[in-house]
Amino acid sequence: MGETKYTKDHEYIRLEGDVVVVGISDYAQSQLGDVVFVELPKAGKKLAKGDEAAVVESVKAASEVYAPVSGEVWEVNAALEAQPGTINEDPEGTGWFIKLKLSDASELASLMSEADYKTYLASIH
Amino acid sequence: MPEPETTAVPLRHTPLHDRHVSLGARMVGFAGYDMPVQYKEGILAEHLWTRTHAGLFDVSHMGQCFLVGRDHETVARALEALIPADIVHLLPGQQRYSQFLNAEGGVMDDIMVTRSADPEEDGTLMVVVNAGCKDADFAHLKAHLPPQIKLIIAEHRALLALQGPEAASVLARHCAGADRMAFMTGVSTLFDTISVHISRSGYSGEDGFEISVKADKVAVVNERLLAHPEVKPIGLGARDSLRLEAGLCLYGHELDPTTSPVEAGIQWSIQKRRREEGGFLGFERIRRELAEGAVRKRVGLLPEGRAPAREGTEITTVDGVNIGTVTSGGFGPTLNGPCAMGYVATPHSALGTKVHLMVRGNAMPATIVAMPFVPHRFHRA
Repeated sequence: MGETKYTKDHEYIRLEGDVVVVGISDYAQSQLGDVVFVELPKAGKKLAKGDEAAVVESVKAASEVYAPVSGEVWEVNAALEAQPGTINEDPEGTGWFIKLKLSDASELASLMSEADYKTYLASIH
Repeated sequence: MPEPETTAVPLRHTPLHDRHVSLGARMVGFAGYDMPVQYKEGILAEHLWTRTHAGLFDVSHMGQCFLVGRDHETVARALEALIPADIVHLLPGQQRYSQFLNAEGGVMDDIMVTRSADPEEDGTLMVVVNAGCKDADFAHLKAHLPPQIKLIIAEHRALLALQGPEAASVLARHCAGADRMAFMTGVSTLFDTISVHISRSGYSGEDGFEISVKADKVAVVNERLLAHPEVKPIGLGARDSLRLEAGLCLYGHELDPTTSPVEAGIQWSIQKRRREEGGFLGFERIRRELAEGAVRKRVGLLPEGRAPAREGTEITTVDGVNIGTVTSGGFGPTLNGPCAMGYVATPHSALGTKVHLMVRGNAMPATIVAMPFVPHRFHRA
């Protein structure tokens, strides 16, 4: 399993060959609270970095999840539709959202390492 | 995942603020106060706990005041000039839901009015108003009440709500006879040795009580209630999802200065004598709408899918014609699915009407249904 990288908007990606797994960080799920609904894109959709990739809804509010890098939606985690609470229980594991086929590997350099993300979380609190 | 907005205006604290923080609450700004939106277990667990056991809410941000006059009829008639409820015929200790209306029949606030049960306090009404409206409400009362009616703003009183099927048995351990009170009545009594005013009412759709107590005593009452295994602290997040499932209006959402109580479907709170006699601000519109119907109506909306439709969502016919807007919407934890309410043009408001909710550009099928979404379980003795 490859290295996990993070955005300032609290999405993560994990590199698995030329596909990246995208989800939201443990911090993000704790801020959202109980997830009750998730809207995922269709496989094949092309996303540019920063595009809205998914919508995640807690009891109180809806939040957008943005594509951390550009690419084509390769696979979606359809199990989340029946079990959205998986995002709270295991956000960086079985609670992943989508897999993207990278279109520009150089974009990875703009993301934070796990250590940098921890520093970033400390800085916003 | 954008960051939540931060506000530059310093937020006010209730007397229990530090206790919420020590209990691990997530605090948010609400109506000018720093309030607990949820505690550690989260909104889902807190909501379900309140429906099955007892939830304790700090609602000290709400406004409390007393209107005092020579006798009940004098003070009741003075308040009746501003609200459409029958207050003159309230029995001692009886509580009633009503609204301050503006001259155009729009709702300035929705309120609870209780006639003192104590014969020594004949001529005293207790009024509880929304936090976000309280300054305007008190100014409105000052401007309109005749000089012989005294307005006493109870700034140094806190307010707790204990809601849920186990609320009555818990409260009766501290307030003898609380479990025998009728729904929508109030009484001044002792909580152990502390003077309180309790009413059997609330905002969750469950049986429950509101407990008014001096600010310097509320911490003791709060701790003694939390010490019972049936009781957990509940934040504003679950308060909102509970009242949504119960089909209850929230000021600023279902009710505002342009909306009449007839449109909101709360004309049950306008008793017969008042409908006939009028004599309150805004009566002309109320009379007309009661006779001819309102142009729009508040309805319950049940989406077919799992996606919640939030406030502001456009409501259309199945042919895509705009007929209204969602005013509150979300996920009902007890319903285990999304539910919403909103206003639609009256010709489209019949129960069973199929509509579309425009969520993120997609037409989501939904049905207009009767409310509440979860049956009320008030204590009707």
